[in-house]
Amino acid sequence: MPTFRFDLCELPPVAEALRREVRGFLGAELTARPPAQRARSWGGWDREFSRKMGARGWIGMTWPTRYGGHERSALERYVVLEEILAAGAPVSAHWIADRQSGPLLLRFGSEAQRQRFLPAIARGELAFAIGMSEPDSGSDLASIRTRAERVAGGYTVNGTKVWTSNAHRADYMIALFRTRHDPAKKHEGLTQFLVDPKSPGITISPILDLRGSHHFNMVVFEDAFVPDDLRVGEEGAGWKQVSTELAFERSGPERYLSSLALILELIREAGKAPGERAAAALGHLVAHLATLRQMSLSVAGMLEAGQNPNVEAAVVKDVGTTFEQEVPEAVHALLGVEPTIETGSDFQQTLGYLTQNAPSFSLRGGTREILRGIIARGLGLR
Amino acid sequence: MSDARTLLADVVARLFAERVTRELRESSEKGLWPAGLWEAVEENGLTLPLVPEARGGAGGTWDDAYVIVSAAGRHAVPLPLAETIVAAWLLDRAGLDVPTGPLTVAPSQRDERLKLTRRDGGWRVSGVATRVPWGRAAKHVVVVDEADGQVMVALAPAGGARVTQDTNIAREPRDTLAFEAAPALAAAPAPAVPRDALRLYGALVRAAQMAGGLEAILAMATRYATERRQFGKPIGQFQAIQQNLAVLAGHAAAAGMAAASAFHAAARGDLWFETAVAKVRVGEAAGIGASIAHQTHGAIGFTYEHQLQFVTRRLWSWRAEFGGEGEWAAALGRSVAERGADALWPDLTAR
Repeated sequence: MPTFRFDLCELPPVAEALRREVRGFLGAELTARPPAQRARSWGGWDREFSRKMGARGWIGMTWPTRYGGHERSALERYVVLEEILAAGAPVSAHWIADRQSGPLLLRFGSEAQRQRFLPAIARGELAFAIGMSEPDSGSDLASIRTRAERVAGGYTVNGTKVWTSNAHRADYMIALFRTRHDPAKKHEGLTQFLVDPKSPGITISPILDLRGSHHFNMVVFEDAFVPDDLRVGEEGAGWKQVSTELAFERSGPERYLSSLALILELIREAGKAPGERAAAALGHLVAHLATLRQMSLSVAGMLEAGQNPNVEAAVVKDVGTTFEQEVPEAVHALLGVEPTIETGSDFQQTLGYLTQNAPSFSLRGGTREILRGIIARGLGLR
Repeated sequence: MSDARTLLADVVARLFAERVTRELRESSEKGLWPAGLWEAVEENGLTLPLVPEARGGAGGTWDDAYVIVSAAGRHAVPLPLAETIVAAWLLDRAGLDVPTGPLTVAPSQRDERLKLTRRDGGWRVSGVATRVPWGRAAKHVVVVDEADGQVMVALAPAGGARVTQDTNIAREPRDTLAFEAAPALAAAPAPAVPRDALRLYGALVRAAQMAGGLEAILAMATRYATERRQFGKPIGQFQAIQQNLAVLAGHAAAAGMAAASAFHAAARGDLWFETAVAKVRVGEAAGIGASIAHQTHGAIGFTYEHQLQFVTRRLWSWRAEFGGEGEWAAALGRSVAERGADALWPDLTAR
């Protein structure tokens, strides 16, 4: 029988009280944010908004107070995340640091690194980028070639990272480099580093996405220097650390909520008394949405209980991103309205944005094929 | 899951694994009633999870009922177990005693009605109900109708109906019952029972049966993929097979979640939304899942000899019973549209 399970998770009253507080804040902050902007989901960048989130204690929520955290439960954090995603709040300036970089440093960073970075992340003041992929290394991450070679007091780095979101405006990047080269053992000899993107020897140039919009970058390292004290964890421990980090990344509600803004616009477009076809299309989407929320919440409950739901998280992300991509297709099939960029109705603009952004949903943070490989391993097939 | 519920799951799994054999399923498809299996199920208290102990039941919850009903689906159990559980619960809601023996509910079709009328100090049942699950096997039929402005639950002896036999494509009985002013054994108002209870609770239990069936075909296809060798290795080592089975696993997981959520909502007595969600989501998973399971099994899975068909033919039947995905999706869509866009997220998170 399957080696994974999803139990029902009920949120505690304290989490529901927090939900009301977050909703009140978001209602006041986002009144003027149009639907097509809300559809940016966690892609919207606003430093000021991130500082406000930090001031309310909604970044680094589960971290120890001595590092600026708030020692709240994983379920309380879950509620904050799902509310900000459902509202389409601009959280990109702290999202990566809160989700991945902070937890990584908490787990594998030095005491000095924790004290230096975590409180500032929790205040919403430090934005992070992730330097993993390279021109010849996407899904086969262990094949990366960017080298960090030991020199006095640190490392000299040469190579190229691509698809590095926000590298042009982040304060730090956590990058994976090769510190030892042995073709027979490519998972060994990888090490993570904190990199200041403004250091000498680093050139950042934009890669425009298919819409012509700039969030990705190519980051070229030419004899760039990284000091010893910015190495994260032991030399050679990078693969294990990255695997842990990517598991943080897969389990959240951001993997099924990306197209919620379009469902809401569809409801407005269809009106209070839709015809049979529109009603059925809408009901179909809502059935998926409601089920995915329960599944995502179930994973949060397992994390809160200290379990390690890696396969379950991969299932939620695979099923969730498939659903996110289905939404613009279903809306198109139903209404056939022409999608737009900045003209037309809110509905058309939201459709225009999500139609174009949808291909990324099953690529970012690990492709659909990689996830399904993880699920197949969970089934005992690999 | 609580310890008691884990124990229940173990008991049910062991009983069905031992007793529900290929021979039993085949003889049931030929029209033989598996009396021994029914007795074992009844003796283990599996028919009355929702009836209080003081009234002869097991005194459990809807979460316990989920364990039983989904297991019945997983093992393709040829009994009206889900129907009996719902019928017994309805009788109990109306304060009526629950008789032993298999029960069913009627009508199951959207546009049919079995009318309850008062006569000579008792109640009579009139009307024709088609495709009644296990109509020929049930000792009694539980009917829900509105009379005197309130929802009534009635218990009618199956012998009071003229039975015309039919089946679904899994060869489970789906019979026509014709009542002509047949006397009910008992009837009482049940204010807490919704008017559309039979469609609603019927959809609920079919969702759980399908969720169980999806677990079964995932396990069968996964096992087959590790055993069947082609091109010198188990076919499960090919990425094409792995990717398909991962998709099936996702649908099975979603189905289980949706169905379990609906049963949990039933415990609150406010289950319409979750039941609509489950019937849509699980029904969709049933079609896709059956397709992947068959593709994985190749030609052998297309034979009567192989057990896969006992589950997939049930999935194809059950998804259409008590309302298909289209009907439930449209109803769900109308209810969401009526509440408006701004209510969707608050409503979803309030549940």
